[in-house]
Amino acid sequence: MIRYAKPRDIDEALALLGEAPWKIIAGGTDFYPALGSRPVLENVLDINALKTLRGFCETDAHFIIGARTTWTDVIRQNLPPAFDMLKQVALEVGSPQIQNVATIAGNLCNASPAADGVPALLALDAEVELRSQAGQRLMALDAFILGNRKTALQPDEMVTAIRIPRKVLSGTSAFRKLGARRYLVISIAMVAARLVTDPEGRITDASVSVGSCSAVAQRLRQLEATLIGLRTPGEINRAIGSDPLAPLTPIDDVRGSAGYRLAAARELVRRTVRDALGLAEAEAAA
Amino acid sequence: MNVHGNAITFEVNGAPATVSVHPLTRLSSVLRDELRLTGTKVGCDAGDCGACTVLLDGEPACACLVPAASAEGRSISTVEGLAGERLSALQASFLHHGAAQCGICTPGLLVTATALLARKPKPSVAEVQDALGGVLCRCTGYRKIVTAVMEAWRHEGDLVHGFPQAGKAVGSSPRRLDGLPKVKGEETFGADGFPLDALAVCVVRSPYHHARFSFGDLVAWRKANPGIVAVFTAADIPGRNVFGVIPAFADQPALAEGIVRFRGEAIALIAAERAAMADLDVTNFPVLWSEEPHALSVHDAQKPGATLLNAGRPNNLLTAGLVERGDPEAALRAAAHVVSGAIETSWVEHAYIEPEAGFARMDGDTVVISACTQAPHMDREDTAQVLGLPLEKVRIMPSATGGGFGSKIDVSVQPLIGLVALKTGRPAALAYTRTESMTSTTKRHPAEMQATIGADADGNIVAMTFEAIFNTGPYASFGPTVANRVPVHASGPYRTPNYRAAGRAIHTNGPNGGAFRGFGVPQATIAQETLYDALADKLGMDRLEFRLRNALRDGDSTVTGQKLESGVGIEACLTALRPHWSRALADASAFNEQHRERRRGVGVASCWYGCGNTSIANPSTIKAGITAEGKVILHQGAVDIGQGANTVIAQIFSDTLGLPLADLELVGADTTITPDAGKTSASRQTYISGKAAQKAARALRESITRCANVSSGAQLSFEMGTIVIREGEASRRVELGQLPLDGEGYVFCVQESYDPPTEALDEKGQGKPYAVYGYGAQIAELEVDMRLGTVKLIKITAAHDVGRAINPLLVEGQIEGGIAQGIGLALMEEYIPGRTENLHDYLIPTIGDVPEIESIIVEVPDPEGPFGAKGLGEHVLIPTAPAILNAIRHATGVLPAKVPATPTRILEAIRAKEAAP
Repeated sequence: MIRYAKPRDIDEALALLGEAPWKIIAGGTDFYPALGSRPVLENVLDINALKTLRGFCETDAHFIIGARTTWTDVIRQNLPPAFDMLKQVALEVGSPQIQNVATIAGNLCNASPAADGVPALLALDAEVELRSQAGQRLMALDAFILGNRKTALQPDEMVTAIRIPRKVLSGTSAFRKLGARRYLVISIAMVAARLVTDPEGRITDASVSVGSCSAVAQRLRQLEATLIGLRTPGEINRAIGSDPLAPLTPIDDVRGSAGYRLAAARELVRRTVRDALGLAEAEAAA
Repeated sequence: MNVHGNAITFEVNGAPATVSVHPLTRLSSVLRDELRLTGTKVGCDAGDCGACTVLLDGEPACACLVPAASAEGRSISTVEGLAGERLSALQASFLHHGAAQCGICTPGLLVTATALLARKPKPSVAEVQDALGGVLCRCTGYRKIVTAVMEAWRHEGDLVHGFPQAGKAVGSSPRRLDGLPKVKGEETFGADGFPLDALAVCVVRSPYHHARFSFGDLVAWRKANPGIVAVFTAADIPGRNVFGVIPAFADQPALAEGIVRFRGEAIALIAAERAAMADLDVTNFPVLWSEEPHALSVHDAQKPGATLLNAGRPNNLLTAGLVERGDPEAALRAAAHVVSGAIETSWVEHAYIEPEAGFARMDGDTVVISACTQAPHMDREDTAQVLGLPLEKVRIMPSATGGGFGSKIDVSVQPLIGLVALKTGRPAALAYTRTESMTSTTKRHPAEMQATIGADADGNIVAMTFEAIFNTGPYASFGPTVANRVPVHASGPYRTPNYRAAGRAIHTNGPNGGAFRGFGVPQATIAQETLYDALADKLGMDRLEFRLRNALRDGDSTVTGQKLESGVGIEACLTALRPHWSRALADASAFNEQHRERRRGVGVASCWYGCGNTSIANPSTIKAGITAEGKVILHQGAVDIGQGANTVIAQIFSDTLGLPLADLELVGADTTITPDAGKTSASRQTYISGKAAQKAARALRESITRCANVSSGAQLSFEMGTIVIREGEASRRVELGQLPLDGEGYVFCVQESYDPPTEALDEKGQGKPYAVYGYGAQIAELEVDMRLGTVKLIKITAAHDVGRAINPLLVEGQIEGGIAQGIGLALMEEYIPGRTENLHDYLIPTIGDVPEIESIIVEVPDPEGPFGAKGLGEHVLIPTAPAILNAIRHATGVLPAKVPATPTRILEAIRAKEAAP
């Protein structure tokens, strides 16, 4: 017998998860397209009644986003500038119809290489809060997403929150998504960047990540290290231009060639860093 | 745990509703199937099109992605709730601005925009675009939608009817006659009228490009799945298992017989009770596949030893077309300047937002089919043939059609649901899934084209040669039409004294190439118009002036030797563009002086297009009658798929008769009561059906004046039950109640036909293929990101000669919609079987991808057309892609070798040029 359940609280949900394997549905924006016209042939756990999983809260160490928080919630929440990139992401997820129901944890659990939320959350050093009857565990986002459509989520677990360490809430951020049309588009490449500068404008901390150019979005740690201490647009451009972008392993597909993706990723990094630093489009410097 | 039948309670449009459904049932299905609120449309079931948008507690959501369980306790607003006693201001604005064409996306747009206007009554363009970015429209090009939303605050909700007085309909833009149900969500499209007791039909299709197959134990499978009423295969087809739009080439089985030749080909039908179908897992359907080697490209299909897809067609050649005039080789040798080039296009999907759908039922021994279509009489012929029935035992009662663009000329669901109804005696309903629609129906033919064009030192074209290979898929469909129409048009609307153009359609295992707005001419024009730019550059001539110099003029002969006596409008179109051209060039050059990372470019391209079939008969017949009560009924058989035939044909008819448009009643294209006005294709309805309507109106006038014994110039006015006829001082009354009724209840009834006077083409393609041509030219202005290869369109300026704009607002709607499809062809649309079979991998333009469009309506009357009118529907798409490509070339100096010109292809071309020595 195929089961459906819509638990009222997390303990009930975790108890059910302990009993049998379930497919979890939240916003439904990945569930239904994958289902197509086929009947439901697996147990479905509908977490849409778990009210405590939606919204934002803060602790001494973390900024916490509930698993069921929608992209529209992100857009409407008052957040520090380090989250600007996440707001920009939210506006680019599908369409307002999608943003109104699709959840931030769903985007991570679906683990698409083109998941819009992953680069920005990687750049925010996000951790995934997982719960089961056995307890709670925290995983770094880059450890949670294992590959294309693969995560470390265990059958008896569910994602309950995304936690952002307070230490990364400084600085400014930006996000760019490149697609072949204006709206409702799966990205060819996308970049999120968060930068902290000292009063002289010297970069003191940098997080840069790229999506759609590898099975899982990647932080460009080598570039991040190179950027530290740089100040002028020329220096920054040169650093980006000469970085090997080693973590990126783009593929050829219908949206773009591997070579194109790599070139576009570099250009997007350049522009996103520029945006995050609040620099104007400096055509002459190009 | 029994999850069926859980009661879910919510509010719809302010009224409480309770349904008992599986909690994971899509809300779209709950609304449509349980509550019969069919105004909410289903276009993709994946959140890609937004047609099913409803408001959940005031916020837009795709109802196809919302589990029924999530509706519990919520307030849902659908299109049906927008109007109260009166239309909402937004609905009235949509009608007023012509923002609804076919109307299938209209409910989703209206609902989404209603949420925007609730928080922002006077939104900006960008705010409208951001809000409506999730709703796709394939007809309008979005510009009128943007305007309608921005201007909604001006509308009080009352219709500004604006219906013209008698004799003033032609040239005016009354709101479309079929518009009201479209904005109220009341229009009945293919999937909207399913009878409650209809069997649900599911089509089993090939997952392979080419395979043999045999069935396992179908009876056992049926018995193992309760609720299945029947399974049908080719063996159950009572008639000839073949259909096709051109009878001489018809070759496609309704259900494949042991072999499939393309991915998505139908092999069997399952008919089941609706509830059972929802639970049916067809992945275990008993079929054994044996995959065969396949050829998707024309090259593979022409290799020695390639499998013949049709035994009677050697080398997989479906057909070849040729037009030859003069001695092109000699003329090219003597030419001062010669350019050559090759360019390739891709499969393009029609992507109407309404997937094919309909239902069939038995009326006595007649199969009655109500489905979306562009060609009801052709549906009838194909369905009767497959079902082995005489024509009169098949009745087609078309539903509204949610976009067609060529693909809904071929039958889709009709023979399949007809078979189920005939065999079971039960109504049978089928709505294709988006993927089914995309895999099983036709595409624009991919073309590989090579051309050479030569000019003398003064810039006069002296010769052109052109060769194209079209990938036509395994079955004929309209492949022959494309191969024949292209050579006639590949010169463009330019004097080309020496010419050879050859087109070949090659069978492959790709999707069927069929009719798609332009029948191959948009592809050919890409090759020709991009070479014209190269040639103008070689000559050092302004690109627009070069075209003007060579543009056909009255008295010139075409490449088929047809002398165009009058009505040639290309010079007028190009001349109208002149000021825009110089302004655009100056703007681009000013921008480029300031920028290097982004470069602006301007391109121009022309079109011409013959209206109606190429050299073969394609009559339209229009019938009209007057009842004893004085109602004038127009049997309007020219199917309106959104383009506006219902309104335009009525405008022509009412002015000719002398009746106010508002007093005319329309009867649709039901094959039993309305004669054949031909298919809605080839830009033929305004001209050919319009002409038939004009003849019918004249004949009706004549019957009346003859009856009253007055001259035919008399003035008619229609009053209750009476026609008053005035001639000078004299006035006579015809009391309709005193006249005898015919079998249909008419006191006057006429039926008139019109067939364009064309002549056959000889073996060199010489002759008079069309009686009327339409012309146009467009300028594209855009910006190329030199480091990302992306294109941002800035503006399209479009001048189209329509002879006479019967309805200027509808003309603009066609121009804007055609341009949007041209943008898709140029920049983003590429169908790949097995890969882009949905609307998130296959991209069509969104509301943010269509720039400002300035339409310039040019009226060079054609002596043959009604009121001088020419066709327009396909013309408008043709110049867009080449104008865009020419603008890209102007901006960057490079031209991608294949369209769509994706960022990858553009950047590759830029990098290749940079790397060149």
